[in-house]
Amino acid sequence: MAVSDRELAELVKLRPTQTLDAFKGVKKLPLEEFFTSGHRTCQGCESALVMKLMVKAAGPRTIVLGSTGCMYVANTTYYSTSWVVPWMHTQLGSSGSAALGAAAALKSLMRKGKMKDEPINVIAFCGDGGGADMGISAISATLTHPDYNCLILMYDNESYANTDIQLSGSTPYGAHTTFSPPGSRKRIMHHRWKKNMAAMMAAGHPSCRFVSTVCMSYPVLAMNAVRRSLTIGGPTFIHSLDPCPKGWDYDPMQSHELGELAVTTGIWPLWQVEDGVLSLIGKTRDIADGRLKRLPVRDYLLRQGRFAHFTDDDLAYFQNKVDETWHKWVIPGVIPFRREIEADEPPKA
Amino acid sequence: MAEAIVPPTKHDAAADKISLITGSEAIAVACKLADVDVITAYPIRPYDTVMQYVAKMISNGEFDCEYIVAEGEHSQFEIVKHASACGARVFCGSSGVGWMYAMEALTVTPALRIPMIAMVGNRALDDPGAFGTEHNDALAVRDLGWQLVWVDSPQEALDVALIAYRVAEDRRVFLPCAISCDGAFLTHSQAMVKVPSKAKVDAFLPRYDRGDLLLHPDNPITVAPQANEDWLMEIRRQTAGAMERSPGVIREAYASFARIFGRDYGNPFFEQYMTDDADVVLVGMGTLSTPVRVAIRQMRAEGKKVGFVRIRWFRPFAAEELAKTLGRFKAVGVIDRDFSLGSPGESGVVVNDVRAALYQSGARPPVVGFIAGLGGREVTVPDVKKMSEIISAAAAGKQQPATTWIGLRE
Repeated sequence: MAVSDRELAELVKLRPTQTLDAFKGVKKLPLEEFFTSGHRTCQGCESALVMKLMVKAAGPRTIVLGSTGCMYVANTTYYSTSWVVPWMHTQLGSSGSAALGAAAALKSLMRKGKMKDEPINVIAFCGDGGGADMGISAISATLTHPDYNCLILMYDNESYANTDIQLSGSTPYGAHTTFSPPGSRKRIMHHRWKKNMAAMMAAGHPSCRFVSTVCMSYPVLAMNAVRRSLTIGGPTFIHSLDPCPKGWDYDPMQSHELGELAVTTGIWPLWQVEDGVLSLIGKTRDIADGRLKRLPVRDYLLRQGRFAHFTDDDLAYFQNKVDETWHKWVIPGVIPFRREIEADEPPKA
Repeated sequence: MAEAIVPPTKHDAAADKISLITGSEAIAVACKLADVDVITAYPIRPYDTVMQYVAKMISNGEFDCEYIVAEGEHSQFEIVKHASACGARVFCGSSGVGWMYAMEALTVTPALRIPMIAMVGNRALDDPGAFGTEHNDALAVRDLGWQLVWVDSPQEALDVALIAYRVAEDRRVFLPCAISCDGAFLTHSQAMVKVPSKAKVDAFLPRYDRGDLLLHPDNPITVAPQANEDWLMEIRRQTAGAMERSPGVIREAYASFARIFGRDYGNPFFEQYMTDDADVVLVGMGTLSTPVRVAIRQMRAEGKKVGFVRIRWFRPFAAEELAKTLGRFKAVGVIDRDFSLGSPGESGVVVNDVRAALYQSGARPPVVGFIAGLGGREVTVPDVKKMSEIISAAAAGKQQPATTWIGLRE
């Protein structure tokens, strides 16, 4: 006989979470900061903004665990920490394990009466290298545990940006990185397509009740995703796309705009899955509903030095691949499966 | 630290429960008695039997802890590392290449001053695959701040697990400790074990108190920020200081253990067998103590004065004390159940530490090295006699090879 939800709840005994209602608008945000001065990230660093707004959304009763990457090396310096909440380093591939360990300790100690019983948020973050590459196994494992309340946030600046801009599994096709420099014989050294990390996490982990993509160019949406994930409980995952002036090679003043372009060109769809129900959100919803026309990808790509070597053919190829995600995927930009009948159609000349 | 006065309780008066259990089960029982809060498991033979016992105790409602089956050893050790930072008493373990897979996590754990207790079911490192015991797995962390102890019976496994928590969680130490149990010979071998009452354990083992290092919103610290050359050396020195304080804390813990549990292990760092009048001694770690003792008794009957020193704590290494003890013999032979390829004398790991310890002392008897029992190959009584002959020849002034492989098919 199948286990009923009530019996499962008895097995899991999830701790209560904090109830964090959605912020109603940017003017309604609390003024208090839990990530302040002291960091030394680059000018225009969107990931630092992710840290600041992530923990503002979570509030003071939060433990943050950060895996190696920009947001460790550049962000958390001995004697000048920018973290107001408790913060601990974790190894590059360990954001999933760090979240699980902290959440398990709190659960055990509170149940046994060894620690004051209260809901404490646990957030572990990782970069795209620590998350989509090295840490994917631990993140995946954590998202299968219905027993623990924790959020894993992947800030994706699309390269190992702190170690000299090397490509990761999350670097877009063709990008110039120090491990994929265009040369006289090979213009495109990096010919892998970016991993669809958030969808992979959402599709493959039945115990995970909330997955969202965010971009800090849309801060209220992003902060509310953090608040929703912490409120709903269990293991949750957020994937943030963070423009990176150093790695993407553009003027730092354009970070916000590039984030917007990533969304409005349809390269970075904003969506969330809550309890198995998917919604496209923000500008992505507008595109899907036909209220907004997708901008050409060249408007986004040619603003960045990492694509400066792209020819018109390269741009056309990139555009075609993005168009495919909108026209052929079961869910535009999210679920990369085609309906059989479409797949069987020969490609148009 | 002053010894707590043990209040007499009903439980105290009760006799220990005698159980026929393996080394793995003994450590699982110690985890229950120590009320461990978070345990992580991942399968690899032979250590994983401890987790099977833990899982069964939890499913039977005998033991309350968060029990997580990880997706690899790296995660296994990272999970408990963070749980310990948040104030939980933790346990995990591994064997062979599983332990090596966790190496990054093992490296950072002492530096973070995390008092994790791990069981290593010693196993040969692949390749080629072998399930049997070999000490290179645990020894791989010997330079990193892990306390390393070898036990040779289920009783000692249980007792040392309790002692390890007391030592590791002492604020003067706050370093992890790995308890090495020879694969199969100890992990899977049963013996009668006195299982103490919870009251005795509670009297011996205080609650884990992480103090101002606790990761909690009430204590908003930043743990392990980027320090670079500015501060790295000072922080490293603090970890070294903790290891230097460890021997004193180990002594206190063994003395307190003897008072509360009534079992006195004598010198915590190494055990001596028939050394009082010995001319030559063998030195080794772990369960090879059994054939060595048998062989020594037989050789004694033949009039050969051979003794045995079993090293328990390899880190911290009781260099001065050991040198003082070994310096009084005519020759010393060290049995390594490990290898250190390219090392001085093409020897094992332990013998070179013994040589280094003796170098500083006034008395420096000849030291010969043996590599034996790799991959779980049995160290037999004839093997031990052969080693004793080589040591005796060295004692008689005949030059011997720095290292001899014993029980090797030529």
